[in-house]
Amino acid sequence: MVTLNRVKTEEFVGLKPAWCPGCGNFGILNAVNRALVELELEPWQVLLVSGIGQAGKLPHYTRGNVFNSLHGRPIPVAVAAKMANPELTVIAVSGDGDAYGEGGNHFLHAMRRNHDITYLVHDNQVYALTKGQASPTSDPGFVTKTTPEGAVTPLNPIAVAIVAGATFVARSFAGDIDHLSSMIKAGISHKGFALIDVLQPCVTFNHQNTYKWYRERVYKLESGYDPADRNAACAKALEWGDRIPIGVIYRREGEPTFEDRLVALKKGPPVKQALDPRRAESLLAEFM
Amino acid sequence: MAVKRPVDVNFMIGGEAGQGVQSVGVLLGKVFARGGFHVFADQDYESRIRGGHNFMRVRTSSRKTEAVSETVDMLLAINKETIDLHQPELASSGVIIYDGDTIKDVKSNGFLFSVPMARLAQEKTGDKLMSNTVALGAALRLVGYDMALMDGLLRDHFGGDVGEANVKAAHAGYDYAAQNFRTEFPHRLEPIGAARMFLTGNEAIALGAIAAGCKFIAAYPMTPATPILEYLATKAKDMDILVVQPEDEIAAINMALGASFAGLRAMTATSGSGFCLMVEGLGLAGVTETPCVIVNGQRPGPAVGLPTRTEQGDLAFVVHAACGDFPRAVLAPATIEDAFWVTVKAFNLAERYQVPVIILTDHYLAGSYATVDKFDMSRVTIDRGMVYAAAPGGDGYKRHKVTVNGISPRAFPGQKEVLVATDSDEHDEAGHLTESAEERRAQVQKRQRKAFELKHHGITPPELRGPKRADLTLIGWGSTYGAIKEAVELLLREGKSANWLHLNELWPFPAEPVADILCDAKESFVVESNASGQLAQIIRAETGKAVEGKILRYDGRPITPAYIVDHLRKESCCYGNVK
Ligand SMILES: Cc1ncc(C[n+]2csc(CCOP(=O)(O)OP(=O)(O)O)c2C)c(N)n1
Ligand SMILES: [Mg+2]
Repeated sequence: MVTLNRVKTEEFVGLKPAWCPGCGNFGILNAVNRALVELELEPWQVLLVSGIGQAGKLPHYTRGNVFNSLHGRPIPVAVAAKMANPELTVIAVSGDGDAYGEGGNHFLHAMRRNHDITYLVHDNQVYALTKGQASPTSDPGFVTKTTPEGAVTPLNPIAVAIVAGATFVARSFAGDIDHLSSMIKAGISHKGFALIDVLQPCVTFNHQNTYKWYRERVYKLESGYDPADRNAACAKALEWGDRIPIGVIYRREGEPTFEDRLVALKKGPPVKQALDPRRAESLLAEFM
Repeated sequence: MAVKRPVDVNFMIGGEAGQGVQSVGVLLGKVFARGGFHVFADQDYESRIRGGHNFMRVRTSSRKTEAVSETVDMLLAINKETIDLHQPELASSGVIIYDGDTIKDVKSNGFLFSVPMARLAQEKTGDKLMSNTVALGAALRLVGYDMALMDGLLRDHFGGDVGEANVKAAHAGYDYAAQNFRTEFPHRLEPIGAARMFLTGNEAIALGAIAAGCKFIAAYPMTPATPILEYLATKAKDMDILVVQPEDEIAAINMALGASFAGLRAMTATSGSGFCLMVEGLGLAGVTETPCVIVNGQRPGPAVGLPTRTEQGDLAFVVHAACGDFPRAVLAPATIEDAFWVTVKAFNLAERYQVPVIILTDHYLAGSYATVDKFDMSRVTIDRGMVYAAAPGGDGYKRHKVTVNGISPRAFPGQKEVLVATDSDEHDEAGHLTESAEERRAQVQKRQRKAFELKHHGITPPELRGPKRADLTLIGWGSTYGAIKEAVELLLREGKSANWLHLNELWPFPAEPVADILCDAKESFVVESNASGQLAQIIRAETGKAVEGKILRYDGRPITPAYIVDHLRKESCCYGNVK
């Protein structure tokens, strides 16, 4: 399959990953690369913006333009780069702490505004880089050094995303590269904000939500499921426990993106416009 | 041509929030600006939408003036409280214009002139709301101003039928004053020259940004910086500017960095509290070498402080804010005209040195109006610094390449065969994270070399104004320029020996020229709107020299020439005080 493509997988080999052997992040990296190859995107056409955490290192391990930003802040960097140059394919990459904890406010509002970017969240339900504290998505009762009595109620990113106005909300699993790469492709192809929450086993700090634990629970959404039905999607979003749905849980097509609404973008990518101080001349009369 | 006597007339308009104080003040300022006068106007208002007490002072002069004056020559009182509160500021020859039909039992030792504003407005236009315009007409009659200029302004400003109705209202006031004002108002204002622009510091910054090719602003509303965002939003369409009001200031600065990384000139604007939230982003700009212009319109802090008042209390904070060492520039416009040019320079420094540049204004400069000569756009230069030209065949581009002066050519993402990478982690030349001690040293040193370049080639050294040697040296920065200038003029007229150093490019601190100047100073005072003398602290740290005298103000009100001279009378050796 891959060899038929104009863009080769080898083009996406970056630095050697510093993740733990067996980490779910490897599956995510492979799925990202496969999606980019299959979409025939070349590295220079892609901008990967990440935060801080083990997840945030992903851009260095593939190839593309890279802005590895602060903990919790990839979204504002990514959406602004997209406005400045809408020709770029912009993918933001976070961990669950990065996305739903430190960056929670950006997460909420970017979905409401429907920026045309893809947001990949490596959700290992733990803070891995800082060595194993509870995260906003840790299961209730999850015991860590900072939560000796167990974690409290988790945030449900899928439900939050649907309610906050996201136009593409999907969940996938790092242990299923075929499924994950198809979700990433769909997310990139979607016009508008696409959230892909990826269940990612952390072999070092999360001994509860393991590959086995996820495998026993995840199931692909049945063919009759209609992701355009917002109420049904809300109900689906609440499913977590013995059975965990993966797939496109909610999708709304045809919604104007934030970029569509920007008057300044009507004349093409702002980065291609010439700068000319004399244009400001016409503004002075108002002050006389 | 006969030489005219210099004139300097201070108008004050006072009333409740919502009564139109600012619109009257702006119209008055503009009409005098159209007649070639120099006008300086400041606003004093409370953090509320209705009620309270607001006033605006509109100082109109035949000479360039950049400070407020406390003595009021003509008071336009929209409510009674204005008369009660501002009596003490009235000049001995001052006049109070008010509406005796609505404001009763007025007592004043000044000259009271009642104009039936509401009644005349109702009679002439059928709309009582135009009573403020009636007052304007009466005021212009007292100073003998040319009503044709007022008619033109009202028509331009309001347009159509509303414009015509306002013209009628203004003439009603003018005619009423002609018939009923029996004494002679001592000041005449006859047009003296070509029209000037009349605008606020915020507007000057916004215009400077547009002229400089800024294509992106993300900002979260906060007094006094909000009007920058608002102005750019109204011009987004015509000037092709991306304008975003994001969820918070953290998003604002990170968005500016994203847009800049992608290739645009980008900015954000806030006040102290918002700047606090931006601090980690400031460090991100530093380590990723992403150009960015950040306006901090200061107001009294800490935290929320006095939202609608002025202070220069963030200087020490902004020069050091964020963890780690990295170069930045801090520029503090001295006047409203300067605000335009400083902004243009800020964008050039940001891109030339690939650093964050902070423009430090304050409520006083941001919200005050002044006349300026029309900005000459042919004098605006755009310097985008070193931009990478792709070598054929290679993607050997290194965003953070180590160079002699520390500046690495910039490339933007989306260029065929060129990959641009940067990281908030310490990174190697290619922009990928590293923990190598050697690479860390190389990157820190390269950023430090940029600080050196910026200091020696970017920042313009300050000049001493007045004689090289004097008994008294005043030192100020930013918006106190106009007040200090006038205070020095007063001192010289009194026969004192004084000079003055003013800084508007503060960081990297021009230590050598300042140290040289201070070597020659006998008695020196900093003049600052803060409680601790933050410039004095920086001077001490950077030059080892102590400035002992401090004229400080931290009650949220602007420093005026009289405030400075009063302090010197009590404290300076010039006035015989012994230390
Ligand atoms: C402002 C700030 N606070 C805290 C940290 C420390 N920190 C780095 S990553 C991280 C959380 C990592 O968890 P997550 O985002 O889930 O990523 P993971 O490592 O699990 O992939 C924290 C708290 C930081 N770098 N910056
Ligand atoms: Mg995590």
